[in-house]
Amino acid sequence: MKKQITISVNGEKHTLEVEPRELLVHVIREKLRLTGTHIGCDTSSCGACTVLLNGKSIKSCTVLAIQANGKEISTVEGLATAEGLHPLQEGFKENHGLHCGFCTPGMLMRAVELLEHNPNPSEEEIRWGIAGNLCRCTGYNNIVKAIQYAGAKMRGEETPSTEPEFV
Amino acid sequence: MGHSIKRKEDVRFIQGKGHYVDDIQLPGMLHMDIVRSPYAYAKIKSINAEEALKIPGVIAVVTGRDLEKYNLHWMPTLMSDTQMVLPTDTVMYQAQEVAAVIATDRYAARDGKEAVMVEYEPMKPVIDPYKALDPEAPVLRTDKEGKKDNHIWHWEVGDRDATEKLFSEAEVVVKEQMHIPRIHVASIETCGCVADYDKVNNHLTMYMTTQAPHAIRTVIALVAGHVGLTEEKVRVVSPDIGGGFGGKVPVYPGYVIAIAVSFLVGKPVKWVEDRSENLQADSFARDYHITAEMAGTKDGKILGTRFKILADHGYTDAAANPSKFPTGMFSIGTGSYDYQTAFMEADAVYTNKPPGGVAYRCSFRVTEAVHAIERITDRFAFEIGKDPAELRMQNFIKKEDFPWKSPTGWEYDSGDYHAGLKKAMEAVGYEELRKEQAEKRKRGELMGIGISTFTEIVGAGPSKDFDILGIKMFDSAEIRVHPTGKAIARFGTKSQGQGHETTYAQIIAEELGIPAEHIQVEEGDTDTAPYGLGTYASRSTPTAGAAAAVAARKLRDKARKIAAYLLEVSEDDLEWEPGKFFVKGAPEKAKTIQEIVFAAYTNHPQGMEVSFEATHYYDPPNLTFPSGAYICVVDIDKDTGEIKVRRFVAIDDCGNIINPMIVQGQVHGGLTQGIAPAMYEELIYDEDGNILNGTFMDYLVPTAVESPNWETGHTVTPSPHHPIGAKGVGESPTVGAPPAIANAIVDALSPYGITHLDIPITPYKVWKALREKGVE
Repeated sequence: MKKQITISVNGEKHTLEVEPRELLVHVIREKLRLTGTHIGCDTSSCGACTVLLNGKSIKSCTVLAIQANGKEISTVEGLATAEGLHPLQEGFKENHGLHCGFCTPGMLMRAVELLEHNPNPSEEEIRWGIAGNLCRCTGYNNIVKAIQYAGAKMRGEETPSTEPEFV
Repeated sequence: MGHSIKRKEDVRFIQGKGHYVDDIQLPGMLHMDIVRSPYAYAKIKSINAEEALKIPGVIAVVTGRDLEKYNLHWMPTLMSDTQMVLPTDTVMYQAQEVAAVIATDRYAARDGKEAVMVEYEPMKPVIDPYKALDPEAPVLRTDKEGKKDNHIWHWEVGDRDATEKLFSEAEVVVKEQMHIPRIHVASIETCGCVADYDKVNNHLTMYMTTQAPHAIRTVIALVAGHVGLTEEKVRVVSPDIGGGFGGKVPVYPGYVIAIAVSFLVGKPVKWVEDRSENLQADSFARDYHITAEMAGTKDGKILGTRFKILADHGYTDAAANPSKFPTGMFSIGTGSYDYQTAFMEADAVYTNKPPGGVAYRCSFRVTEAVHAIERITDRFAFEIGKDPAELRMQNFIKKEDFPWKSPTGWEYDSGDYHAGLKKAMEAVGYEELRKEQAEKRKRGELMGIGISTFTEIVGAGPSKDFDILGIKMFDSAEIRVHPTGKAIARFGTKSQGQGHETTYAQIIAEELGIPAEHIQVEEGDTDTAPYGLGTYASRSTPTAGAAAAVAARKLRDKARKIAAYLLEVSEDDLEWEPGKFFVKGAPEKAKTIQEIVFAAYTNHPQGMEVSFEATHYYDPPNLTFPSGAYICVVDIDKDTGEIKVRRFVAIDDCGNIINPMIVQGQVHGGLTQGIAPAMYEELIYDEDGNILNGTFMDYLVPTAVESPNWETGHTVTPSPHHPIGAKGVGESPTVGAPPAIANAIVDALSPYGITHLDIPITPYKVWKALREKGVE
């Protein structure tokens, strides 16, 4: 029953035997041992499993691994390069955009696509843009700031202050 | 102290290198899935595993009868009640564990779960907690010998007679019936474990999502000691935790079954529940029905309060309170106000719903208490026609009256409530908003302003009163500074996102002068960390944070002795500045902490114990009493009932602040967990005990769209008894936000004579309430 698939993950090709019903998230986590992609629900609601499939952010708990055959997948593990952290990773760290870290990889991958389509999003556009990703810890204020910070950095502009407005 | 240094732990989280329970994959590891009851109350007639066992990969199906042979089919709860691990004959709530399927991979386990055939004989469940007390109601806990009703316990505090007299004579008495809804912590990571029993060495390593690893190890030893799992043979490891919020304090049946199976087959067993199981079966929070009353004078002096509670605990009292406090710290519900007459009582009942209720981001029922006092305070203000801010200012306990004895027996350590509310009113522009509201009311538009000025009680707790199953609620810190001046520090607590790796390092850095980046913080492994009671109820800073400061001070005392020896002066001639001791009047004669530590291993004074390590177990002399002043502004669409939170200003006082960025982050997150029950979340059951919203598709966790832009600030009133003057903060916003939002909505609707709405206040509830008042 198993099918052979070839997928490219973070630029590396993998040929794997998978069951037709096997979810992409399980293949990423358990076969490729890229455990940065998380599972937070069973209804495609939380977004913790978000990865890029051919550049488009998708919930990998709702995609069969065989549907990814021949396609390119990007996960959080592929974000940083030899030059250092991705501006979004830096934005999340500098702006306290995470607490427990469980939703963070999915949030980052969603934000990658968000900024690609809209390099200078308003606060409202960011809030709607990440509405498919749940965070239970941060209250979202600092995630919005983190994405704004990354946007500025990617546009080559001065990044906003990361000092908390807490007086 | 006071520096917003970026978090040390983030480096791994942002690169996908966090290490959570489900990331653990051990050689030979088996997977477990759980068959659950579709009925809220039913006899189990038979369990047939035949078809399940035919599925390739399925190796066993475990039932209550199997566990009964080892007396592992039941377990104690933290409240000394009992709970089934797996049933032998009756299921007591929907989604209860019925059998466990063990397989070589997760897909086979799920297939097996679908194939197990269970025959039930459904019975009429008891769902309504009021009906549970009806003499005609069936007795649910027939497993408890001699049990003749569904009543669990009665609790009371305060002066019943004096309160009765006050209320019978008072000029003004107001009363509201409130329900604090049954909700769920819904941390984005669900619960799970990998139980790894090593037969050869008779040793269990339990990787699990727990906020209290040491207490769990003790519980495991108490429950399974008779089969050889004594405490030295058990290691509990709590790796990175994807949010806890109190939901990862209890022991769930899944953990126990995984241990039992690993013990029997000698292989690691992984159990990770899915989201629906998490929402439907794991401990709920809240579910208090409260009759709240306040008495006072026409000119606005609050004289007394009375609260009567019905607590729905579901099938068993699986709360996670300190043992002597069945209603937790509900008795903080007299609030921030200066009066001395109060009476509170509670009765707890069993129903056919999942057991609980946990302290969800709450120092044990404080959220319920704060909602009751802050709502009834607004109700009182409305009754006498006084502005709710003015009423609060009039009744606040004054700054100079601390420490203040509350009518229910607490000694509030410190506070400046007037300053907090003043700051919040200025930040939000209170006077202007009231003017705007008056204008809008003339035009028939709905705008509301809600205030909540709460007093919290956190940092459980002093050993004379606070224990869990007899173990005192201290916490601990162990600091080991290596010869080169770099340190490792270990704690009995366990971060689930609170940032302990950063803030604990900052406390030690402040006390010892070693840079925070040179201090590695570790928690969560019972083999290495000192014993402690864990992280919940905002207790980490008040207890383990205090332990860190005291342990560091022990080391500073030792450093002084070594410096005196090295500089050949008397200890009294030395002065400390962060990072070094120097000779008074001769600052060039100095020894840095790094030089001193090196000497502790290489050139220590004779007779002194070599090395530079200290441990402290901190028993707090009192709890800490953080406070806050929150103001919420809402606009409501009269036609649809839609509620828009326009502004939310939160001013918190948690004493001295270690890392403002982290404190603010905690406040942001807690506020979103406050708006959640205020407007969106509730676990809803029908009369047959079916959950109506047991998935993330219909249990409405707020997204970034529902969550407003939080405006935050702080005042500082140090705790006089805490070594660094800090108080806890994590739960303050969760506790303080719901009444601010509810008060704002009710304020908007008050021109129509609406005095109360139960949370969650949905557009439909608002629309319906307005229509009932004749609004077209």
